[in-house]
Order: sequence, then structure tokens, then C-alpha cells
Amino acid sequence: MAAKKELLILAEYSQNKIHPVVFELLNKGQKLAEKADLNLSVLLLLPKKIDFSELIAHGADKVYYMEDPVFANPDEFIYKENILSFLAKAQIEIVLTGATNFGRSLAPRIAAGLKTGLTADCTALDIDEAGNLIQIRPAFSENILAHIKSDSRPQMATIRYQEFKKGTADRSRQGEIIALETKIKDNPNLKDIKKLSDREINIAEADIIVAGGSGVKNGEDFKLLKELADLLGGQLAASRDVVDAGLIAKEYQVGYSGQRVKPKLYFAFGISGAPQHLAGMKEAETIVAVNTDPSAPIFNLADYGIVADLYQVIPELIEMLKN
Amino acid sequence: MHIIVLIKQVPEMDKVLFDSEKGRIDRKSAGVEVNPFDLNALETAVAIKEQTGAEISVLSMGPNRAEEALKEAVARGADNAYLLSDQKFAGADTIATSASLAAAVETIGAYDLIIAGEMSVDGDTAQVGPQTAEFLNINHAAYVSELISLNESEITIKTSLWQANYSKSFSYPLLITVTKDINTPRLPSFKAKLKARKAEVKNLTLADIKEKLKIDKVGFKGSPTWVDNIVVPAEISRKTKVFSEEEKESAYHKIKEILIEKNLMED
Ligand SMILES: Cc1cc2nc3c(=O)[nH]c(=O)nc-3n(C[C@H](O)[C@H](O)[C@H](O)COP(=O)(O)OP(=O)(O)OC[C@H]3O[C@@H](n4cnc5c(N)ncnc54)[C@H](O)[C@@H]3O)c2cc1C
Repeated sequence: MAAKKELLILAEYSQNKIHPVVFELLNKGQKLAEKADLNLSVLLLLPKKIDFSELIAHGADKVYYMEDPVFANPDEFIYKENILSFLAKAQIEIVLTGATNFGRSLAPRIAAGLKTGLTADCTALDIDEAGNLIQIRPAFSENILAHIKSDSRPQMATIRYQEFKKGTADRSRQGEIIALETKIKDNPNLKDIKKLSDREINIAEADIIVAGGSGVKNGEDFKLLKELADLLGGQLAASRDVVDAGLIAKEYQVGYSGQRVKPKLYFAFGISGAPQHLAGMKEAETIVAVNTDPSAPIFNLADYGIVADLYQVIPELIEMLKN
Repeated sequence: MHIIVLIKQVPEMDKVLFDSEKGRIDRKSAGVEVNPFDLNALETAVAIKEQTGAEISVLSMGPNRAEEALKEAVARGADNAYLLSDQKFAGADTIATSASLAAAVETIGAYDLIIAGEMSVDGDTAQVGPQTAEFLNINHAAYVSELISLNESEITIKTSLWQANYSKSFSYPLLITVTKDINTPRLPSFKAKLKARKAEVKNLTLADIKEKLKIDKVGFKGSPTWVDNIVVPAEISRKTKVFSEEEKESAYHKIKEILIEKNLMED
């Protein structure tokens, strides 16, 4: 009997750990692999071998890894060369990877190297009757979902962190761990690579988020929201319009082309509630929206709405919290 | 030094309508503009030109009307403009697009640096930059937010990967995709605009780039992905308690209750 083909998760190993999106993809991948009759495998490239049992406990049938000091730095060229050399020989039907910055920079190279299709930022995935991957992503400015398919193999998709849920670990699961040879270790065009600083802003994992949209008139006024966020021990965040207008940095953006967030409490100040914004925060436990326009769509998703001016509400909230 | 900037003409996204039957946006429903991220790419090139005297070529794949976008790029400081246009390119996904762009780049000739925007606002995939680099088999750096230094033989950029900021130095050739943080695009002067109107846009067709092409077919036929179906998702909504302006105080009490209930109050 021929060996089963595989659904491969291309894992990011950064900041000395496996990026948490990998465990979310394993949970989703398990269901897809079962439906398409595939094995579920993970490929990791990392500077020093670690304990891979968590990956197996979360659903991996096989863990492939390449261990080499060259993987201590995010050099897409070295990564893609080695991944392509592995994929050339493997029987892979589907490749999923997290849509982190590195994933969004690397996956396209892999897809182009294989001349295969890649769908960015899928919000859902499924398998059709013929066993093909259905790659689902919102289409443009309206609230419509495109179901995309590929006629080449492997079928590839990137998925944002926190789009899917992490599953529970089953420590009794068995899996295979396979060491691969690092074939290419040199990138003659890269002269130097250095880490400058860690990015401190991490809105993805915050418990409380205080987000501002175009109702906030200028960059200076975000200080008001920041004060409230600090008082609550929460994180500041924003809609894309204010990011595009240059009022606040891109790292703060919640939404389809920003971060997915799942806080316990989400404040939306002066955010209209466009589908692309909701795509990023609809899973929040409790949503409080403040907007001057009673017909703003955000009030359909919020648990609590206040029809009022954010410039009045925020100082009053700050006042209340201080007492 | 020769810099090639990739430019895309996009619909004005706040106005454009969607054709649910075709599963595509109806490009006729709104005006067009240069993809905003590409203006940052062009500005990056112009700043390098001011510093080093580099020559800038702009390249766009699109219908004839994309000529306007290229002329705007000339007004903003580009020296040469190339429009890759052919009926056969229609319906291209990112693979077919980047393979075609890569072939056009090689047809234009020797280059040191290719600059593209982080993504296009209509496609929103951020794939064409890295894929073009792959078809050219050169290095790329995505999410470039700063040009740290540059000389005849090397370029150092700042990028954000692995939840950290990195600096990377490369020898040429290199492709970079830039974020909005890298600069603020300047507006072209009136004089430059007038002059650009007469600028020559060189046309490239499939026949011109065919020899350099690394895929067998272009456009829809050369695209491994297609839209199989369009679905209107179920409306997401929650039961909302709305407080009016006069009821603000009760809203604040509710918020306080939630904070206590969820154990989110700082001691
Ligand atoms: C491909 C694509 C991807 C996108 N990705 C994202 C994304 O990731 N994230 C995102 O957010 N958007 C995204 N968008 C943009 C999205 O469609 C909306 O344009 C955007 O979310 C609107 O931002 P906003 O709510 O801040 O602004 P607006 O829609 O202008 O809303 C401002 C709101 O503030 C209210 N307001 C004004 N003044 C006050 C005041 N003083 N007090 C209280 N309320 C006030 C107004 O009533 C209004 O409802 C994307 C769009 C596209 C096409």
C-alpha cells in the first residue's frame, strides 16, 4: 500500500519557541487531514533541536526538522532553499502556515518556487468531496467570502494567528520524529543580519483592548485612549483608517489585514464596525462600543453600546476608574 | 544604479462595487489610483536617486489605462515607464502576475534594486513582491520600514520579522517591499505633472517577454488558483444593550461591573 500523502504545517520557530499559531493550525489540520485522508505533519527549521512532544500531543503524526545555526536568523532565502529541497521529494497535498510577517514573506517564495497556488489570510478552510482544499477568505470591501481552489499541488494557504482555536493536548498520542539534512547553509548576498530590538506591542494576547477609530481626530488624542488603557492594564489598538492616516503605528491595527484579537473586554471608540474590522475582534468576550451615530454597524456586534461622544465618555470613564 | 519600481493601478477601494456573479470586483464601478503603498515604494526610489543619481524605471502590468498610473510615477520622479499589457494577462492570480512581472524585469535589462509596496489594497495578499523575487531567483526583504544605509555595493534595511526588528545588509540585486512607515510620499509639482503627460510609456506584450517567462501559460490559464464559489456569510450580531447619552452613568456602572466580574480590576 502506498504511504498516505500529507498535510504539512510549516512551523515558525522564533523568539526561542514554536509560534502559538502552529498549535491552532494543528487543531484545524487534524480535522482537514481526517476529511481528506492525509497524515498530519509539521516541518520546523531551528538552530537547536527542542522537545517536539507538544506537537505530537496536539495532533502531529510526523515532525520533520532541520537543525542548523543558520536558522537562528530570519533569512527567507536560506529557509526557502531548504524547504524547497525537502518539498521536492515529499508527498505533500496541503501546506498551511501562519500569516506572521515571516510566514507572509516566506510562503509566497515557496509557492512561486513550486509554481503552485497560495491563498493569503484564509479565515476558514474546508475539504470538498473530491478531497481538495477549499481556501476561504473575504473578498474585497464587501461582506462576501470567496471560496478559492487550486489545481496544482501542494495547495497552500496562510492563516492569521488567533483565527483558529488551539486544541487540547493528548499525551498518549504517538508520532514520528524525522531529522532532515540542512542542504543549503550559505546566502552569499546576505552580508549581515542583526536583531535590533523586540517588538513590544503585542495586542494579540491582551485581556483588555481600548481601540480607537476615525472618531479620534488626531494622533495626540490617542493619548487619551492610552491613559484609559493603562489605567485598566490593557492595550491600545486601532482601526485601519487611523493607521492609514498615520495617527498610529500598524502594529496596533485590529482587523482582517491587521491582528486577530480575543480579549475579555474590547472597547471600540469611534469605530464604525466595517466587516474588515469585525473580522479581527468578533471573538472578543465582551464588546463595548462608543459611537455618536446610533446607526453605526458596530452596535450590532457590541454587547453594550453608548451613543455618545468619545471625547466626553473617555475622561468620565477615567475619572470613575481613578475613584 | 538602476532601480525598478513595481506599480499597480487599483480601484478606489472606498467606492468600488463587487460583482458577486463573477466573483470579482467590478472595476468599472469606481475610479482608479496608484496603489497607495506603491507611492511609498516610488518615494523610496526617488530619495535614493537624489542621493546617488540612480535611474528609476517603473513597471506596471495592467490594462491600457494603467498608463495613467505610470505617467503619475514619472511626474513623481521616475525616468522610464514600462506597461506590460496584453489581453492574455487577464485574470492572473499572484503566481501568473509575478512570473509575468519577473519576465518583464529581465526583458527591461540589468537592475540593482526592485522596490514594491508591501501589498496592494485591492488584492491584499502581499505575495507579488516575494514571488517576483523567487521567479528572478534573487533575495528579497519584506516589511522594510527604513533604509538604514546604501552605497554602490550594499544596502542595509530595517525589517520586522519574528516579533522583532532586524537590520539586514545585502549586496545587489535585491527586491524590497516597503511599508507606509518608510516615508511620506511627496506630491508632484505642477510643472512635473505637465511634463509627465508627454512622457513616453513603452509597451511590453506577451510576445516581448515570452522568452524569459518561467511559466507555460499566463493570465487566468496560467493561474493555479481560482474562485470556485462566492458565499454571503451569515450576519454576525449579538444582543446589544444600547445606552443613550443621558444613560451614560448607568453604562459606566455596567462597565465597572464587567471589570469586577471578569476579575480585570487592578488592585
Ligand atoms: C482589503 C481590506 C482590508 C481591510 N482591513 C481592515 C483591518 O484590518 N482593520 C480595519 O479596521 N479596517 C480594515 N479595512 C477598512 C474598513 O473597511 C473600514 O474602512 C475601516 O475599518 C473604518 O475605520 P473606522 O471605523 O475607524 O472609520 P469610519 O468608518 O470612518 O468610522 C468612524 C466612526 O466614528 C464615529 N465617530 C466620529 N466622531 C466620533 C466621536 N467624537 N465620538 C464617538 N464616535 C465618533 C462615526 O460615527 C463613525 O461610525 C479594510 C478594508 C479593505 C478593503
